[in-house]
Amino acid sequence: MIAEIGLAALWLAAALALLQMVSGGFALKATETGAINPLAIYARPAAVVQAFLAVLAFILLLWAFAITDLSIKLVADNSHSMKPMIYKLTGTWGNHPGSMLLWVGVLALSGGLLAGFEKRLPEKTMGATLAVQGFVALGFYAFLLLSSNPFERLPVPPLEGVGLNPLLQDIGLAIHPPTLYAGYVGLSVAFSLAMGALLTNQVNPAFARVMRPWVLGAWVLLTFGITAGSYWAYYELGWGGWWFWDPVENASLMPWLAATALVHSVAVLAARDALRTWTIMLGVLAFSMSMLGTFLVRSGVLTSVHAFAVDPARGAFILGLLGLYIGGAFTIFALRAGAVSEGKRFSVSSREGALVFNNVMLSAILAIVLLGTLYPLVTEVFDVRVSVGPPYFNPASAIFAIPMFLVMAVGPLLRWKEDKPARLQFEVSLIAAVLISALALASVMGDIPFLPLLGLGLAAALAVAAVLPLRGRKLTRVPTATWGMVLAHFGVAVSLFGMACEGAFTQERLAAVAPGGTEQVGDFAVTLQSVSPVAGPNWTAIEARIAVSRNGGEPVILSPQARNFWSPAQATSESALMTRWDGQLYAVIGNQAEDGRWQIRVWWKPFVTFIWYGGLLIALGGVLAIAGRVRVDVKRRSAVRQGDARRADLEALDAAAPMPAE
Amino acid sequence: MKAKHQRLILVIAALLAIIGAGLIAAWTLRNQANYFYLPEQMAAEPPSEGQAVRLGGMVRPGSIKTEADGVTVNFMVTGNTDDAIPVRYSGILPDLFVEGSGVVAEGSLGPNGVFIATNLLAKHDENYVPKELEGMGTEQAAKMAADTTVGLTQ
Repeated sequence: MIAEIGLAALWLAAALALLQMVSGGFALKATETGAINPLAIYARPAAVVQAFLAVLAFILLLWAFAITDLSIKLVADNSHSMKPMIYKLTGTWGNHPGSMLLWVGVLALSGGLLAGFEKRLPEKTMGATLAVQGFVALGFYAFLLLSSNPFERLPVPPLEGVGLNPLLQDIGLAIHPPTLYAGYVGLSVAFSLAMGALLTNQVNPAFARVMRPWVLGAWVLLTFGITAGSYWAYYELGWGGWWFWDPVENASLMPWLAATALVHSVAVLAARDALRTWTIMLGVLAFSMSMLGTFLVRSGVLTSVHAFAVDPARGAFILGLLGLYIGGAFTIFALRAGAVSEGKRFSVSSREGALVFNNVMLSAILAIVLLGTLYPLVTEVFDVRVSVGPPYFNPASAIFAIPMFLVMAVGPLLRWKEDKPARLQFEVSLIAAVLISALALASVMGDIPFLPLLGLGLAAALAVAAVLPLRGRKLTRVPTATWGMVLAHFGVAVSLFGMACEGAFTQERLAAVAPGGTEQVGDFAVTLQSVSPVAGPNWTAIEARIAVSRNGGEPVILSPQARNFWSPAQATSESALMTRWDGQLYAVIGNQAEDGRWQIRVWWKPFVTFIWYGGLLIALGGVLAIAGRVRVDVKRRSAVRQGDARRADLEALDAAAPMPAE
Repeated sequence: MKAKHQRLILVIAALLAIIGAGLIAAWTLRNQANYFYLPEQMAAEPPSEGQAVRLGGMVRPGSIKTEADGVTVNFMVTGNTDDAIPVRYSGILPDLFVEGSGVVAEGSLGPNGVFIATNLLAKHDENYVPKELEGMGTEQAAKMAADTTVGLTQ
């Protein structure tokens, strides 16, 4: 019954999405009296009920995975009764239809939240927004129901399921895709709002304030998802790298770059009523990038761990949706953008000016990543097989990232609208001094490659610049949102420092070692004590016992494994990590040579953890910004309410006051 | 600045930056894209020394030799013809890297015609075939792809 109820819920939700789209569309057609069209009132309830149904469908699938209902094809293909419960549950979205169901579930949920709680926008704009949201949802319902039904039954249930790709049996999988999806979907809400505002000519600060929490929320989730994904790839793939410029990683980076630009431009729109068209354009771009990301990951167009689906029909379907949405959005943008009147102006040396510069730099980096990601797909059509990796991405994106970081150091110190650079003499010289001395110090320390060297200098300068906006202010009176900005910018410095250190100072040792043998990497003596077989619930492994001692200190035992899963049959390398405040020791075990020695590979990566600490700080900064904005908003609403109440009281008192006796 | 001008200047600046990014991308891609070679292609038209490329084919049976350090292996990669390219790799071998299996080696040609691999992509799980080995057209390649090779990510 579970599957049938789930499927029925999905069909009903799809019907409601259609209703939401049509009814919302009527909002654009005002009645003769100018009042809201009576046919438009169904959009909000449709969105709310749809959210319930789509979430219900997802919960039912979750339940089917929890009890391993093998009569459902998806469960039989992707699960196994012997799997630990947590991976049974995460397996729900570790496959194509399940992850798409999660996608629409989150999409419907955010549509429902928007419809249920957002009352600040004019009804007309809201109707148009919900219509666009319904249109986007409808495409995905069609995709799910017509080409990848997650609830499909098997005529004869198998005795046992096939299992889940072992690389994906990891806690990283539990949090990484759902956060990214939620981020993608948050951008779709931002997109719907942008379209609604564009269609009803409401591109103004009030609209920006409505859009901002969605953009910030999506951006926080993407930041967190990318950070988690990077750490997952780092420890799970056993290659010692933290970013591979894999197309799937790029698919999440591109929406993030667009969302980062959007977060800043929507802030300008909300605070200064400038950058109107640009904000709408970025909204369309961010959503297009998240659609493109979904297409790249979901269509099987890439050969990669993440691209589970190898089904051209599905790919064509998503490509069709992609073309429809992106093409439609840019068409509406092109037709309507001219009608958006220009916002407030500003001079080049102003905070807006710096933000615009960095917006453009982010867009340029986005273009670099986009072209590098699509290039192999394009050449393949002409039967030329290429792959594009760090030698392209690193220098090409650095060309734009370096000026961006420099402007980012100064931008927050500038005043809105117009500022005299001379006013910032002290700050700019301080930042320059830190930059130059960090560069000098780093180049004295050793022969460091160019980009990591620059990274070290910029990280130091950015760290100092990030806290400069607090100078001369009473810390207890600094708004929460400003703390958010400071924290996020400081996080960029921390992350950059980690990346630069990893690039500059990593030490590696690869050797064949007999049990009892010792190798040296950096300050660490690494002794292979023993190698023994071990077994887990659904795997067997060779486990090494490696004693690591720093400068002759107390040894720590690491146990890297080479695992063999049996359902499905696959081998993985489980790295062992030793985390210290100043870095991480990373060990993997390889094969046994004929003479009985074991291959071990050990890296000492100074400050590598700062990459992810920085990512978390950036996300936390975003959370603070949301919290600050929401608090201010709630305060303002309650102040208005109190003021109204007091005024009403006074009026009542006036009315009741007895006339003074003559 | 007149009212219309600022927006125009912004649009032009943004366009210039994006076009610049496009040009830089095109130029860098031409130089840095990592081309895929079959052994016979590499024998006929070798890439320039040190240029990052990928080499894909089959590990010739009996050709895997491990050096005394225990971590460096040398082997020959063959394709659809008799051409064979010697490959040298230091590192942990993919789990199911064996003689006769398909492999994609990332790296560059060294001065003595030996391909120095920095990364080997070989069988990793049952369902994947490195894209490069798909549709190689010959029986051998098909067999290789069907029952031996599979790629890691990237």
